[in-house]
Amino acid sequence: MKRDKLIGILLMIVAFSAMLGLGLIAVFIFLEGLPIIGKVGVWDFVFSAQWYPAEGKFGILSMIVGSLFVTAGAILIGLVFGLGCAIVLTQFCPRKLVSVIKPSIELLAGIPSVVYGFMGVLILVPVIRDYLGGPGLSVLASSIVLGIMVLPTVTSISVDALQAVPRSFYEGSIAIGATRWQTTWMVMLKGARSGIVAAFILGMGRAVGETMAVIMVAGNTISMPGSILDPVRTLTSNIALEMSYSAGDHRKALFATGVVLFIIIMILNTIALWVSRKRVWKGPRR
Amino acid sequence: MEAKLQTTGLNLRYGQFHALKDVNIAVPPRSITAIIGPSGCGKSTLLRCFNRMNDLIESVRIDGQIKLDDVDIYSRDMNLNQLRRRVGMVFQRPNPFPLSVFDNVAYGRRVHGMKDSSGIGQAVRNALEATRLWDDLKDRLSMPALELTPEQQQRLCISRLVAVEPEVLLMDEPCSALDPIATGHIEELMAGLAENYTIVIVTHNMQQAARVSKQTAFMLLGDLVEFGPTNRIFTSPADKRTEDYVTGRYG
Repeated sequence: MKRDKLIGILLMIVAFSAMLGLGLIAVFIFLEGLPIIGKVGVWDFVFSAQWYPAEGKFGILSMIVGSLFVTAGAILIGLVFGLGCAIVLTQFCPRKLVSVIKPSIELLAGIPSVVYGFMGVLILVPVIRDYLGGPGLSVLASSIVLGIMVLPTVTSISVDALQAVPRSFYEGSIAIGATRWQTTWMVMLKGARSGIVAAFILGMGRAVGETMAVIMVAGNTISMPGSILDPVRTLTSNIALEMSYSAGDHRKALFATGVVLFIIIMILNTIALWVSRKRVWKGPRR
Repeated sequence: MEAKLQTTGLNLRYGQFHALKDVNIAVPPRSITAIIGPSGCGKSTLLRCFNRMNDLIESVRIDGQIKLDDVDIYSRDMNLNQLRRRVGMVFQRPNPFPLSVFDNVAYGRRVHGMKDSSGIGQAVRNALEATRLWDDLKDRLSMPALELTPEQQQRLCISRLVAVEPEVLLMDEPCSALDPIATGHIEELMAGLAENYTIVIVTHNMQQAARVSKQTAFMLLGDLVEFGPTNRIFTSPADKRTEDYVTGRYG
């Protein structure tokens, strides 16, 4: 029918414009950012800790390290609480309870990041300052806040991965006399491995890209953090904090930071996709 | 001769549905007992009573006694995990774990903390030899078990059980996912295993029951209608319902 064809074409245009929009953004960032990387030199840009825009020095190493530490901490929290929660929900809770709890956790993902940052500043930072030392605005505060923000993603995807493990594995293990814990550790987690890894990498991607909450609790000093109680500045915070007053090379350098971020997140997402496809059963050998 | 497995007045309900009605059966040791009957008659349900796998279902209610070697399997004297080690189960669809062949066979021993003077490798080898898989797989022990053929997977599942030194093997239609040649191999295997283990097999295939078993139980709609030597059940059954079933008047 002619109308079918027309709608088909219309939808294609819509889809392509979405992709085109994304593509244009990527192209723009690269166009603005790559020349400055060329000017400063890839090595100096990525591996120098000297970020002094006024003097034309653009080394983002302390920010890369900052992002790395903060994300690593967030992943650790995600591992313990997120995966732990997923395991308890799928292996030890009745299904009815899971269908109530899982959506509630997913709701947490809807809380604006500024609210997380606010809670962090109000509650977490003073506690760290008073009981652990340092200014309170620190790697630790950022990791905790990010960890909590990433929990819904990690838990939700891990729950899906665990629920997708065929029940036959579970039954087979129980039938041979294993306890539920043994079954979980020795069989179910192995069966859900690719989904869980994907959950973590996606969580990592979210953590790396998070800006608002981190700015509020990280301290934002441009220095290499020596301990988790030291303040830190991440790649995303750098862009957000300095974009409004930057000009010329400084502004281009911020775009270049965006390029680095883009590449990092693309790599993470590609690994997540690759890992989650890897476990395709190749079929019996004849 | 004392029964290896026995039920007395066994009644099982899934919620309101009365799945097993006053079942009394005594399974003799070291031979193959078949349970036959049309779909939905309760064969698999009865089988799963013997290793308490029905406990996994929330709505289930069991009344009556089930005994292994004269010990009530629900009593405090019976450790559940040990029960399931002693009474192993082979499922309709082979279910090897997402691990290597070696790890699959070693799984049960590791789970139960069974120590080996000669090392776990020897135990795995013995188990694979018992199911004639050793020669095929001895150089490929680290391959993923999921890449084996269905027949090999089912043999592997049996190896997994053999490795924990069970006394009873419960087989729930173990050949229904296999082609006739593979089925023949598994039946051969069962005959060999019956020298050392008590085997109870649920099957839809009457000819299979006639081929492999020494005694047969016929079930219909939750009732154990008749139980006796396989020969008699198939040639001169006492109950008319049995006769109708084995002569194919209904399936």
